[in-house]
Amino acid sequence: MKPRLGAARLAALTLALAAPAWAQDDPRDPWEPFNRKVEAFNTAVDDAAFKPLAEGYRKVLPDPVRTGVGNFFGNLVDAWSVVNHLLQGKVVSAAQMTLRVASNTVFGLGGVLDPATEFGLEKQSEDLGQTLGHWGVPTGPYLVLPLLGPANVRDGVARPVDVYAVGLGAWGAEPAVAWGTSGLELVHLRSELLSATNLLDDIALDRYAFVRDAYLARRRNLVWDGNPPEEDDGDDAAVDEVPPEAPAVPASAASAAAPAETPASAASAPQ
Amino acid sequence: MTIAQLTRRLAAFAAAATLGAAALAATAPDVLIQQLSTEVIDTVKGDKAIQGGDLTKINALVDTKVMPLVDFERMTASAVGRHWRTATPAQRERLQAEFKALLVRTYSGALAQVKDQTVAMRPFRTAPDATEVVVRTEIKGRGDPIQLDYRLAKSGDSWKVYDFNVLGVWLVDQYRSSFNQEVNANGIDGLIAKLAERNKK
Repeated sequence: MKPRLGAARLAALTLALAAPAWAQDDPRDPWEPFNRKVEAFNTAVDDAAFKPLAEGYRKVLPDPVRTGVGNFFGNLVDAWSVVNHLLQGKVVSAAQMTLRVASNTVFGLGGVLDPATEFGLEKQSEDLGQTLGHWGVPTGPYLVLPLLGPANVRDGVARPVDVYAVGLGAWGAEPAVAWGTSGLELVHLRSELLSATNLLDDIALDRYAFVRDAYLARRRNLVWDGNPPEEDDGDDAAVDEVPPEAPAVPASAASAAAPAETPASAASAPQ
Repeated sequence: MTIAQLTRRLAAFAAAATLGAAALAATAPDVLIQQLSTEVIDTVKGDKAIQGGDLTKINALVDTKVMPLVDFERMTASAVGRHWRTATPAQRERLQAEFKALLVRTYSGALAQVKDQTVAMRPFRTAPDATEVVVRTEIKGRGDPIQLDYRLAKSGDSWKVYDFNVLGVWLVDQYRSSFNQEVNANGIDGLIAKLAERNKK
């Protein structure tokens, strides 16, 4: 029993030491020490496997082939976006995206080409995390998922569903084929991000915080379709929606108060 | 009408006339952004060196076309936050220089991607007497359009950009927390040193 206790203490001590002295408590990120560890794990896996694979993929396949791969998966993402547009009650964009998927599937050789963009059918992506956000589901704290990377609790729940729905498995393909294409998709996505992640190391003072802040801002913006209300001194209509008799929120849950404004109920819906 | 009254009226009239003239002279913020983005994209499209990431040329482009329309002191000050007040003039100058170099490096890679993109202006509404506005644009090409918004403030009779937003992430917000961390740990000079180190790579 004794040595075990010692190990636990040692672990606690290491944890305490590992937390950088300058670390500040961000109310949106109460699990920061845990998240940093998962991110370190992800980075190790990425350095050992994903990044080299993606670099090889980029070297071996010529540009047009990679574009085709991207278009093919993009078409599956578009089909899933249709479902999410509908779930958010955005009928017009659902119809436009349906047209886009249909054109690319029929005229684009199953989605390998992207003639729809030429026709002026613009890509408008929506995922399940955005749909949940649209209906006011709170984000919950920031959460780094093993292998899948930055998320919050809401997106962490939604993303596996997204991954499944976009994979060929959901379309009835053999498991072997579905796993193979999902693997290819991951490598393709990683290869698209090579220059971005390399740049990140150059420009971020603290990579973890940089990615977190960008992720949270980006997702919030997506849920609001590019028009989020001001956070600080919000003079937006959304503020009026917080009922005056709302119970006081403890400081730790303050970050969860933001979702009280929901895009679905915002009086001044954009466009 | 006494002389005093007459003078007051004349003064008021003169002031109104001056303001009116200024309003006419100032280019509307959305027009300003449209001109700027078109000019930058056209320059990049016609210049292989810039597309290849030639930092000297990119810096020249930024200095001649972009910087005159940017209130870079305000941008740096907001990114540094409350610590800006304690910085000496020399430190402020260094911070601006290093921050600018960091941003140029950040976006020089993106310029290499400019091919057949176009800039579309999103609807712009503002009160006639507004002194701070947001101009929203989209870069259209392949894939989802790239959101690119600008915050502008009126200084004198011209509009200056003091923050911008790529894909929903405001630049100043993005850097504020890490700048703050660094200053808390190692002071303003620590932040300057860290930025300089990043820029040397």
